[in-house]
Amino acid sequence: MSATTDNWPEVQAAARTVLGDEIADFIVECRGDEHPEGRLIAVLHKVQDKFGHLGGAELDAVAQLLQVPAAKVAGAASFYHYFRLTPRGKYMINVCLGTACYVKGADQVAKKFMEELGITWGETSKDGVFTLEGSRCLGTCGLAPVVMVGEEVHGPITPDEVPVLLDRYLKQAKEEG
Amino acid sequence: MAKKKKQINLLIDGFPVTVPEGTTIMEAADGLGIHVPRLCYHPDLSLAGSCRVCIVEVKDMGFYMASCSVAVWEGMEVRTNSPEIRKARRDIVELLLDNHAKDCQTCERDGNCELQNMAYSTGVRSRQFEGERKELPIESNSVSVVRNPNKCILCGRCVRVCAEIQGVYNLSQHGRGFNTVVGPAHLKDMDDSVCIQCGQCINVCPTAAFQEKISTSEVWRAIADPEMHVVVQTAPAIRAAIGEGFGMPPGTPATGQMITALRRLGFDAVFDTDLGADLTIIEEAHELLGRIKEGPLPMITSCSPGWISFMEKFYPTLIPHASSCKSPMSMLSALAKTFYAERKGVDPSKIFMVAVMPCVAKKYEAQRPEHREEDGSPITDAVITTRELIWMIKCYGMRFTDLPEGEFDAPLGLATGAGDIFGTTGGVMEATLRAATELVTGKPVDRLEFTEVRAVEGLRETYVAIGEHNLHVGVANGLQNAKTLLDKVVDGKEQFHVIEVMACPGGCVGGGGQPYPPRGANVLDPEILRKRAGALYQIDEGKELRKSYENPAISELYDEFLGTPGSDKAHQLLHTHYHARTPRGIR
Repeated sequence: MSATTDNWPEVQAAARTVLGDEIADFIVECRGDEHPEGRLIAVLHKVQDKFGHLGGAELDAVAQLLQVPAAKVAGAASFYHYFRLTPRGKYMINVCLGTACYVKGADQVAKKFMEELGITWGETSKDGVFTLEGSRCLGTCGLAPVVMVGEEVHGPITPDEVPVLLDRYLKQAKEEG
Repeated sequence: MAKKKKQINLLIDGFPVTVPEGTTIMEAADGLGIHVPRLCYHPDLSLAGSCRVCIVEVKDMGFYMASCSVAVWEGMEVRTNSPEIRKARRDIVELLLDNHAKDCQTCERDGNCELQNMAYSTGVRSRQFEGERKELPIESNSVSVVRNPNKCILCGRCVRVCAEIQGVYNLSQHGRGFNTVVGPAHLKDMDDSVCIQCGQCINVCPTAAFQEKISTSEVWRAIADPEMHVVVQTAPAIRAAIGEGFGMPPGTPATGQMITALRRLGFDAVFDTDLGADLTIIEEAHELLGRIKEGPLPMITSCSPGWISFMEKFYPTLIPHASSCKSPMSMLSALAKTFYAERKGVDPSKIFMVAVMPCVAKKYEAQRPEHREEDGSPITDAVITTRELIWMIKCYGMRFTDLPEGEFDAPLGLATGAGDIFGTTGGVMEATLRAATELVTGKPVDRLEFTEVRAVEGLRETYVAIGEHNLHVGVANGLQNAKTLLDKVVDGKEQFHVIEVMACPGGCVGGGGQPYPPRGANVLDPEILRKRAGALYQIDEGKELRKSYENPAISELYDEFLGTPGSDKAHQLLHTHYHARTPRGIR
């Protein structure tokens, strides 16, 4: 592996600070490959696992350390649904939009979440507690319409119950600091 | 020896064709004179197959195939035209239009937009659907390039030219589906990215998603201001291409008409950037001799601002190798505001210096602090591209082809043929060699043409004997080509003496500010670039004076103003410096 940029020591140090040693070591290992860019997705998975999302600074550090153009790294990160470019809230709210939940009024439930939190799909509430996502069938159609908050499943749920549910998790979030 | 390829027989629209194995349907049809409509395809770029406009019918396939990306096979039967295929193609173009702005009349590309032309030629005469429109912010913070994602059809030509031809890879498609946006990483401003302002994205864009930052208003305003003495200079590559904007065939030199047009537009003096080029040669040849004695070698030319930007972001270790000479444009501007102002008795602050350039990166060069007065005011006040000048002439209402031929003004208008060829790849090298030969040997030399350095294919390495020196020279155009040479210099594997780098394919004749090609022709078509270069060689050959040292205007400049090449005054006015920049590009 040879350095292809004039400021290699700087790049390495900066990337280690941003990404941490474990990921930096992994990227350095990837650079030994014949086609390091082929390992980009694997690297992005590790970064998201650690930080919960792929921020601009992290993506730039990956680009520099892996020596893959930043536009390519950011383009790939923004293409895949799995990757998130903005921070996630403490709790993920997954509103099931599968067929059963949908005919049982999942859209109205989702609308209520949006009103209460002032956000739309993929966004995080201002206080950083909730992120709203829609998901395909969660496999619990008997409970339709179903919502997952964090790891917990709630259903059937009506729009009226949404504020109560949110309050409960807000309290929990405060207690846990 | 390459193995001879198998020949494939097929039928296109009933005509038998025989082509080598691996030929695509589109290439086979081109050979027959059938131009299958296309948008995302470009012969110099990798295949994308994204626009689907080039679909054709292939017998027994049951679906339409993109002719750009399917290789022919034995016995294939292709139909490029049938009522069904024409309808399908028209529907595809119509769908592209459904979420495109309906503002052709006020669009900068009106009249030479590939999408507009495509809509006409495929027969879109009404709009069935109103698709969702993009309402994204227009990014216009860069001094050179404006990015308007609302006009983008996602063909990806800009992404590919930036990555594959320029090796910059500043652009990528971000997001998915309807929300896809082309731009730099994190959709940052072009100026905060690794963009080198070469403008090739503008050249290859079929619509107006990339455009130069227009500066014509400032120029009109200055011309109309009676207080201002408005001076214009034109780069060598303008005269070789401006005629195309008025229907003249590519490769028609139009120096005389161009000068008359500029004078009629109201410029007070019309100067020739070629004189700046002659001066660059003298200073650069002087610098080269110094470097041969004391290093560091190789010396790399510094006329191309796209290349300079690339060096500062991608190869900062090569900064000591870049010639300290300013570009011909910046040299001439500096002289206009000193030497000319003095001679003419005009207050330099009342001189408005306009440069017509084939290049959008020159807009950036003019703004660099190194190229400004000490108080921060610009030395080159406005840079307009060939395209912008063509528009100004049309706006004025001149019949360009009928104009009488004018001549450049003294004292900054006389140039040798060496200055003319600066506009094409290998030209700076050739002009330098013409000068250096005499400088080294100390006697007049008959040899004028160094055809071995004309890197029409993009990259040349050769040896040129000059006196006792055998110079190892490299010439590259297109920065991906340049990387090959630059990596050798960085690795220290080969010792070059001089390297010429021009950022754009074919050199300045293929610059990011040159006229769009005529309908049906490919932008950056090597044939068009060769013809433009041919116009410059024709001008050079037709001149009495072909070596920069023979230019009496240059001798006068040194005698009366600058002193000697490399003097303190020359350094102060004609030389500059560079520095590493971030974000660092990845090569």
